[in-house]
Amino acid sequence: MSESELVSALSAEEISEIETEISHLPDRQSAAIDALMIVQRHRGWVSDESLYALAQLLEMSSAELDSIATFYNLIFRQPVGRHVVMVCDSVSCYVMGADQLAKKVQDTLGIKFGETTEDGRFTLLPIVCLGACDRAPTIMIDKDLIGPVDDSSLKDVFAGYE
Amino acid sequence: MSLLDTKPLIGRVEEVGDRIALADYESGGGYSGARNALTQMSPEEVIDLVKDAGLKGRGGAGFPTGMKWNFAKGEPLTPGPKYLVCNADEMEPGTFKDRYLMEYNPHILIEGMIIGAFAIQAEIAYIFLRGEYHDPYDQLIRAIGEATERGYLGTSVFGTDFNLDLRVHLSGGRYICGEETALLNALEGKRAQPRSKPPFPPASGAWGRPTIVNNVETFCNVPAILRNGSQWYQDLGLTEDAGTKLYGVSGRVNNPGLWELPMGTPIREIIDDHAGGMLNGFKLRGLLPGGASTDFLVEEHFDLAMDYATIQSAGSRMGTGTMILMDDSICPVDMCRNLEHFFAQESCGFCTPCREGIPWVESLLTDIENGKGQPGDLEILDQHAAYIGGPSNTFCLHAPGAMEPLQSALKYFREDFEQHIKLGKCPYRSRTESPASSD
Repeated sequence: MSESELVSALSAEEISEIETEISHLPDRQSAAIDALMIVQRHRGWVSDESLYALAQLLEMSSAELDSIATFYNLIFRQPVGRHVVMVCDSVSCYVMGADQLAKKVQDTLGIKFGETTEDGRFTLLPIVCLGACDRAPTIMIDKDLIGPVDDSSLKDVFAGYE
Repeated sequence: MSLLDTKPLIGRVEEVGDRIALADYESGGGYSGARNALTQMSPEEVIDLVKDAGLKGRGGAGFPTGMKWNFAKGEPLTPGPKYLVCNADEMEPGTFKDRYLMEYNPHILIEGMIIGAFAIQAEIAYIFLRGEYHDPYDQLIRAIGEATERGYLGTSVFGTDFNLDLRVHLSGGRYICGEETALLNALEGKRAQPRSKPPFPPASGAWGRPTIVNNVETFCNVPAILRNGSQWYQDLGLTEDAGTKLYGVSGRVNNPGLWELPMGTPIREIIDDHAGGMLNGFKLRGLLPGGASTDFLVEEHFDLAMDYATIQSAGSRMGTGTMILMDDSICPVDMCRNLEHFFAQESCGFCTPCREGIPWVESLLTDIENGKGQPGDLEILDQHAAYIGGPSNTFCLHAPGAMEPLQSALKYFREDFEQHIKLGKCPYRSRTESPASSD
């Protein structure tokens, strides 16, 4: 199946999960963020096609829904790699060397922040304080919080994510 | 004597030595406070008890919890639900206390919320959890399942006619969601832009209904107050503030971490006795006492007690009580640049002084750090700190919070700023290092 076919509409499973959220809320639009995150959980990101279909399902305009989708940094409106690497750049990690770590991560992956490796394995993003300041400097790969990160061991860390 | 007598928040975690399951929590007296409140007390009596205890909000502002609950007590003006919301959007840089509570002791949060919901008679409650907190999410979902199975949540809580539906909303990100009215907009599925106030949430909150929002740690303080009484709780504090506090230290210390200590424990004791003092070869120059949006404190303040009034009288705020240390290897100008980069990026963009002013400040700091500072730049920074940080120029406290570390850095570390401009370079930065970037 091609990518465009994959993202052409919402799956029955997605719709059912979204309807469950709606059933707990006063109106359909209140489920907008939950709905976007449900689609992302299933597809990795939110395409224009998904967004249009969601807007229809939530009975709101696609422009309004996109203004919500693009407000939140954890909702991806572009495809991402199989793994998302987020490097904390907030103050506690900064004090513990986050700037140097950020350079090392970019060098190791061969990409800059906002980019995806050619093989589609990693997308690299900056992130604000991950709430693990006693373990600074920290990074998050998918759902895994890692810290303190020793920048000489980065290759080994990434090796765990195919 | 049990650890719970002096450490009601995490004493049980230390006794068990691991994340606590429902059985561990209950064998330490867990859920007896909520059971007692719902079966033996009226909502007003619960509110009065929390008021008498002197519990103040642990999210940063320190507003008295009982007084806040009082705003939403009784019948709403128009028929319909009331809401209780837990602000678990822990994103204040340097803060990592709520994560610990939710990961290691999720039932204490649930019990605190049951008591709070009963006190204001809200039958729907939300935990607004930041999207990166995957592990706390799993722990909360597990704990809510366990509590529901035991009849502590859902219909007929503890066999009474009180019902409580507790749900977790996983956030899509952004620091501004921690502002309580922005949080409510996000909960409603909208962009997280703060609302104009008044009306305040107790009058018109989520979906226009009366809503009380409290921080995770605040709720976690409530069960022990119900169990042991208000006098016991007041006596826990060393100064005029009551209870215990989860204090944290991050930066170049031997043992960065988090400790539950009596409210009012002196700063130096937290750093030296608990965080193990500074790493060899580093000297402490200054610290942000309670997150990125609090004013710097310096040497002359290190013997002060960490409580709301004392830190405020020193010109800062206790904030979240998790301090970020600046040692003598860190350039104060560059640290401010890092802080203002965060605040510029996280502005919701609604109010002009915040949207336009903070990026301007960041860019000026980047120039100074990179040796391109001009005479007069510091006066421009002073003016911006006063204007952007001034009261009522913006809907919420994001911009004033952003200016707190800057205005105090300009006061305490002014020589560093002046030296950057005079030398045309950063004295902390070696020639081989690349310049600071503002992207």
